[in-house]
Amino acid sequence: MKNMFRLLMRHALFWPSIALVLLLAGSAAFNPAFLSVSWHDGHLYGNLIDILNRAAPLIIVSLGMTLVIAVRGLDISVGAVVAISAAVAALMIGGSFSADGAVNSDYPLWAALATALAVAAACGLWNGLLVVKAGMQPIVATLILMVAGRGIAQLLTGGQIITIYYAPFFTLGNGYLLGLPVALWIAVLTWVALHLLLSRTALGLFVRAIGGNPEAARVAGVRSSAITLCVYTFCGLAAGIAGLIVSSNVKSADANNAGQLLELDAILAVTLGGTALTGGRFTLAGTIIGALIIQTLTSMIYSLGVPPEVNLVVKAALVFTVMLLQSAEFRALVGRATRGTRATSR
Amino acid sequence: MNEARIVLEARGIARAFPGVQALDGVELTLRAGEVHALMGQNGAGKSTLIKVLTGVYAPDAGVIKLLGEEVRPTSPLHAQDLGISAVHQESHLLPNLTVAENICAGRYPRHGWLRGGGIDWRETNRRARALLADLGLELDVDQLAGGLPAALQQLATVARAVSTDARVLILDEPTSSLDAGEVQALFVLIRKLRDKGVAILFVTHFLDQVYEICDRITVLRNGKFVGEYACARLDAHALVSAMVGRELAAAAASAPPAEISGDAQRSTPVLAARGISRRGQLQPMDIELARGEVLGLAGLLGSGRTELARVLFALDKRDTGSIEIDGKAVSLDKPSDALALGLGFCPEDRKESGIVAELSVRENIALALQARMGLAKFLSPAEQRTIAEKLVAALGIKTASIETPIGQLSGGNQQKAIIARWLATNPRVLFLDEPTRGIDVAAKQELMNEILALARGGTAVLFISAEIEEVVRVADRIVVLRDRAKAGELPRGASEEAVYALIAQPAARAPEANA
Amino acid sequence: MNALMNRRLLPLAVTMALFVAMAAFGAFTYDGFLAPQVFLNLIIDNAFLCIVAVGMTFVILSGGIDLSVGAVIALATMISAALLAAGWNPYAAMAVVLVVGAVFGGLQGYLIQRFGLAPFIVTLAGMFFARGCCYLISTESIPINDATYAAIAQARIPLGGGASLTIGGLIALAVVVLAMRVAHATEFGRTVYAIGGGESSARLMGLKVDGTKIGVYLLSGLSAALAGIVMTFYMLSGYSLHAMGLELDAIAAVVIGGTLLAGGVGYVAGTLFGVLILGIIQTLIAFDGSLSSWWTRIVVGALLLLFCLLQRLFEGRTHKGA
Repeated sequence: MKNMFRLLMRHALFWPSIALVLLLAGSAAFNPAFLSVSWHDGHLYGNLIDILNRAAPLIIVSLGMTLVIAVRGLDISVGAVVAISAAVAALMIGGSFSADGAVNSDYPLWAALATALAVAAACGLWNGLLVVKAGMQPIVATLILMVAGRGIAQLLTGGQIITIYYAPFFTLGNGYLLGLPVALWIAVLTWVALHLLLSRTALGLFVRAIGGNPEAARVAGVRSSAITLCVYTFCGLAAGIAGLIVSSNVKSADANNAGQLLELDAILAVTLGGTALTGGRFTLAGTIIGALIIQTLTSMIYSLGVPPEVNLVVKAALVFTVMLLQSAEFRALVGRATRGTRATSR
Repeated sequence: MNEARIVLEARGIARAFPGVQALDGVELTLRAGEVHALMGQNGAGKSTLIKVLTGVYAPDAGVIKLLGEEVRPTSPLHAQDLGISAVHQESHLLPNLTVAENICAGRYPRHGWLRGGGIDWRETNRRARALLADLGLELDVDQLAGGLPAALQQLATVARAVSTDARVLILDEPTSSLDAGEVQALFVLIRKLRDKGVAILFVTHFLDQVYEICDRITVLRNGKFVGEYACARLDAHALVSAMVGRELAAAAASAPPAEISGDAQRSTPVLAARGISRRGQLQPMDIELARGEVLGLAGLLGSGRTELARVLFALDKRDTGSIEIDGKAVSLDKPSDALALGLGFCPEDRKESGIVAELSVRENIALALQARMGLAKFLSPAEQRTIAEKLVAALGIKTASIETPIGQLSGGNQQKAIIARWLATNPRVLFLDEPTRGIDVAAKQELMNEILALARGGTAVLFISAEIEEVVRVADRIVVLRDRAKAGELPRGASEEAVYALIAQPAARAPEANA
Repeated sequence: MNALMNRRLLPLAVTMALFVAMAAFGAFTYDGFLAPQVFLNLIIDNAFLCIVAVGMTFVILSGGIDLSVGAVIALATMISAALLAAGWNPYAAMAVVLVVGAVFGGLQGYLIQRFGLAPFIVTLAGMFFARGCCYLISTESIPINDATYAAIAQARIPLGGGASLTIGGLIALAVVVLAMRVAHATEFGRTVYAIGGGESSARLMGLKVDGTKIGVYLLSGLSAALAGIVMTFYMLSGYSLHAMGLELDAIAAVVIGGTLLAGGVGYVAGTLFGVLILGIIQTLIAFDGSLSSWWTRIVVGALLLLFCLLQRLFEGRTHKGA
């Protein structure tokens, strides 16, 4: 029994899960209605569903970020890519009123979505090329797009917030399928696809080898550059999907504010989930839990009536705690302290 | 000589780490004006002892006396102040600073308060120049250290260590990355310091260097003190016995020679490289490998041994030349090409470019094969297990389980696992760069036997080692490199002397000498 | 040796040449661009950026990064405004702000050094924390009506010919001069370079790596607080949303100034020119009048790209030379 528990404690997902459960329990304690889920208008309704729905874009971006971090990279341009993807989609869909009052899309919806995603993937590819071919540090390489990206998005939208009137597009961010939000389905689909890709092909092994020791992976003949390129491209694509969901949700594209600080939340989600920032060790499920923790925290703060301003401070405290728990030096320090007290109590 | 003044005494030093008693009752006596060798196999406790002496670790028990007075170094800086300086294996100059600043860093001369009390750069340069001149080193102190060749950097590192008027100088494997000429330059410096009365502790793996420069030897084994000997009274054989802890057979029995039929030698070579070169690293050269052949690559460090293997495996790009596999010209531009063509490469630096420490033994072994099969054709964990278990048994890799992270294995077993990684791909050609470096004597012998067995199975093996004796013992044919070019070839059974003769033969200056 | 010096100074020379070229372009294209006050305004309008970029230079030279500076600036403006609103003596308020900045930076440095945490993540959390603290003080902008602040804000130091400098600009220039001396002629400054060149080697040399690493972040926090004070002179308000994304501009200025992001190589003087280049881009766009403000971001991004590629090229060449 004790052994089972110890084994469980050592499982990578143990601490993140505990944190999530505690957060939910805490919310429920203050607001018993927090956990209730009901059925309205053909779909599920409640705080939990709301959390899942709102967390979807973050989950998707964080999944991409997880892989990038696993190959010892970092992508701080995802927020800017979200803005670009949203801007492209909004520009192409636009929405013109026809004589009978119906709204038409300027281009077919599929073409708008595909173009937005292609542009986002190209952004990721660009980052990857700077890292792999030009040999830049990931944080620097992606800093370039982070700085320039929002400028490009503003250039596309002419500095305006573009409102979208074409209703079918709203399904992505506001629709429901089988009682659950469409955005959630997209997130789940992304996860399942990625999980299969990692466990049914050699991608998982290669990613962990590259992250664990890039030079050894190269010597062993792993096509590190190609895989790293793919990973960055996927991260861009993921940010693009998130951009579509976000712009669909708010029915507009705001080049200045869409995805603002998203890169930080995504890195936070990855860290909270237990992926090592030094590369190699990663967990997709952990990242999802991490993203849910962040969203739960936000929702909880709103539902408790605490001023939302506290949110940032709480997030910061959370990051500090998780970082310290991950640090070997801190564990050693705590270990010594507890051993010390035990020794004196003897 | 025996009456030389004792500078440093360590008595009964003990230090434990979780699960390991790294040092236990270790003794060390260093005398003024003597070079003292510290010998022992890997894990004998040499590094730990050095770290205790320089204040990195506090000993659990024991005393350190400096000139008869007990001292407790608490940090490398404190140890330096006491007069104990060390050049660690991982001591390097800072490449972005000048030589002068590297020497004076942390002890900069200052301007007077009237002039602001800042660092006096002119005086810094003057002091560095004076120190280097005193040690007989000619270096431009104003150039960036990163621009110096490795050997000069090593000498400057030593100069920095003694710039604090060190009474004790500890040199941990200072020669491991130097070639013979550079070692001599270092020895000139060491002798100079010795004659100035510095007590020098010299840690090395090279027996001949010990006998060349040292006066006494302290041997450690498994963290315990074995004994202190005068060099003159302990021959190499006895020294190795002391390190290993058992009597060795007079000469390590070599495996029976592999019978290579004459046909194999004459048939199309499995790998043939023509005119391959890389600027600054490799002169144009031809090289051929036959099926079932062990080709030894001998030469001093920096002679182009590793560089040749890296270019052949496309880890470094070649500037000129073509490569044929089984008589067909192939394009070989990146390691994944080499892998696809059936080549394998066990790198010299196991930790840096061999193992992926946190992956399991199974995954490390499966890595190259999987890389060759590509992303889509996935070896299931069960298939990986089968392959790994077979190879772990075949090579006698000692590991708790094939799911153990490979980082937890000993050096020799890690090396075997990397070889297993390539055996799993059933390679036509396998390059082994220093496969025996840093592993103990017994493991070495086993490895050599594995290599011979491999060749008997038909693989062409390129065997690189700094230890000529090993090359001579295991190779069917020896290519000797000198100054990044091919100096000559020797047949099986050539003596070590023949190899050395080729290495030492003066470089041919006139083109007709080679005709 | 001369060639070597040149190679060491090459990135700095490129930065300076770029600035001169941009100034020349402006002078040829737009009337009135070459006026001394236009150039003094580069310092005046970017005084806080200059101060914080100087602090960032030390962080980057040591091989680290500090993402919290923008938020610390905002926090500094908020604390200043709140204390002044509560009737504090303005100089006491400034002292408190400086201490808060230094302690904030020092704590981040302690976490990074003591527990081996990644600077990126620690300062990211620090950024959240500092912005959050701003919101806790107030979500609204707090105006500053203090007489001393107003006087400082309006003070002009005449430089002849009708040109003048503000107190903020003067502080920025003083910080640059002081920092150049710290980097070049103090043990602390040289240890920063040494850590950037190789932390473990520096440690083995017995240099005071631990204290210096903490000191670098402390200095960065302190300079952010000072930049915050200068910003309050400029804006005469405290606001949570002040200096949004300024950390990126600071990093960009340092990189464009020729400091290697990998650490160990670079000059404070380069950072000054990096700041001036960012400033002149905005001035050029303002003079043009037809270009939208987002072109600034795109041009800064392009310059970043250019300089990073140059750095890679440069690194590659010195590497081959070695």
